[in-house]
Amino acid sequence: MSRPAAVAAALLVLASVPLWVGNSYYVNIASQILIYAVFALALNVLVGYAGLVSLGHAGLFGIGSYALAWLLADGWGHLPAALAALLLILGASAVFAVLSLRATGIGFLMITLALGQILWGLAYRWISLTGGDNGINVNSRPAPFGVALDGATPFYYFTLILFLAAVGSMAVFVASPFGASLKGTRDQPRRMTALGYNVWLIRFLAFLFSGFWSGVAGLLFCYYNEFVSPNVLALGSSAEVLLMVISGGTGTLLGPIAGAALVVIMKNVASAYIERWNLVLGAIFVAIVIFMPEGLVPGSVRLWRWLWTGMRRAPARGGAR
Amino acid sequence: MSQWLLLGVNSVSLGGLLFLLSAGFSLIFGLMRIPNLTHGSFFMLGAYFGVTLLQLGWNFWLAALVAAVGIAAVGGVIERLLLRRLAGQELAQVLVTLGLSFMIADLCLMVWGGDPIPFDAPPGLRGALPIASIVFPTYRLVVVVIAVVIAAALWLLLERTRLGAMIRAGVDDEAMARVTGIRVSRIFTIVFCLGAAVAGFAGVIGGPILSVYPGLDGDMLPLALIVVILGGTGSLLGALLGSLIIGFLYNYGQVLFPELAYIILFLPMLLILLFRPQGLFGRHVP
Repeated sequence: MSRPAAVAAALLVLASVPLWVGNSYYVNIASQILIYAVFALALNVLVGYAGLVSLGHAGLFGIGSYALAWLLADGWGHLPAALAALLLILGASAVFAVLSLRATGIGFLMITLALGQILWGLAYRWISLTGGDNGINVNSRPAPFGVALDGATPFYYFTLILFLAAVGSMAVFVASPFGASLKGTRDQPRRMTALGYNVWLIRFLAFLFSGFWSGVAGLLFCYYNEFVSPNVLALGSSAEVLLMVISGGTGTLLGPIAGAALVVIMKNVASAYIERWNLVLGAIFVAIVIFMPEGLVPGSVRLWRWLWTGMRRAPARGGAR
Repeated sequence: MSQWLLLGVNSVSLGGLLFLLSAGFSLIFGLMRIPNLTHGSFFMLGAYFGVTLLQLGWNFWLAALVAAVGIAAVGGVIERLLLRRLAGQELAQVLVTLGLSFMIADLCLMVWGGDPIPFDAPPGLRGALPIASIVFPTYRLVVVVIAVVIAAALWLLLERTRLGAMIRAGVDDEAMARVTGIRVSRIFTIVFCLGAAVAGFAGVIGGPILSVYPGLDGDMLPLALIVVILGGTGSLLGALLGSLIIGFLYNYGQVLFPELAYIILFLPMLLILLFRPQGLFGRHVP
């Protein structure tokens, strides 16, 4: 199948989801998958293309959710509240970036983790602003162009449009000279510096881009739940989205989307049967990192090939492998 | 006046606990180049082990020691079975410790339930000690003494023994240490177990102050991270100073600006990152 045909088929499938999944429960899960896919795509800009693993991205996602909920509760309209929240996210991303880009690799991971935990602590303890553990309720969803988003299906289409915008912007970004230079800073930062590129600035802009889409996902999540609580910013959320990126395969466009679908479905299925989602999450994390560091799809292919060649060679070499 | 002084004692005792937690964290970081994200879990697991032994009627100090040994064993298993497989892949190692921290937290919730379990200080140390018209809680002073003793012991171990010299060599330059015949991978295991043991011990010692509850790991880990960002990796002195700074900021912050205590912790970290990214006593930027 040619590429345009594949894209058209995927669009058709996505657009027709509410028609064939039936139940609004499943439509909502589809919306969740799309929201997390936007979030995972955003994180993938840093993890996959910049080689910077952030464990504080739930902080940026959460700032979006909280800012929107707080402004709405303060009586703002939907559009100005969302725009103000996005501005705030860009500001917060800039602060995050300036602090965490002091380091790369493990240092970067550690600083983003500390920043994320501080935001979580704030959301949890700064009760007069955030309502603490009780969170903030959002009483209404917006009605862009007069279309109310209260039902599951209209909200799904709203999310789908933003998801497509995110995928489109990522595709443009990856193919752009800027995307290429970002990959350059990932693989050869010294050579990039020697070639006259400002490595820090490239990473900074990539961080803003990533923070922006994380924030958009946060806004969507806030509208989806019509509620925010400190859980949104917890380390578990950062780890979950990182798992989506890693499990699907970093540095690809489809990987994070597949990872988001996988984790959201697993989470919903798992929580229907067992209470111990965190145990499952942790175990999958450990297993993927140890056995399939390149992601589930390429990892399964490799494992299959290895088993296959192993089985074929085994008799000839007397099983000494 | 006496209230502020009392707060000072509380700060120093929290600083002492944080030192016990972050000394191992910092050494592991300095040597293996990874922040061990299960370190908060070791602290919490140690406290749970300790409380279980106490409920069986054990002596407090014996329970603390046995818990420390138990956590050292857990740490040894993690290092040998999982981290060893990923030698040289720092990022993968960090992610494994992250996954493990989730598993340990959930297993603790399964075994010990969701309610906080308070536990008492050892019998002789429960009251308060009047010194010059001010009444100090005895147990907190004891915690300070214990922290000082362990700090001195760790310092002696690192500075005055052959093993300590090998650890320092590994922290400074792993490749050169290997070349000179030090079995760095064995040092990794020793330091990892030692760090885990001290963290588990701290969990029990801290129990009468903090009690033990689900989420204790998540409360302690960021504090250890901030201490190490402040003090620098692989430096005992840095961990000590960082712990004291955070102990004071946390306690005074809680009283003066209860809702913003976390922001106040964040400020020194911000200054350090901007002006001295290797930390106060660190040798290299992580």
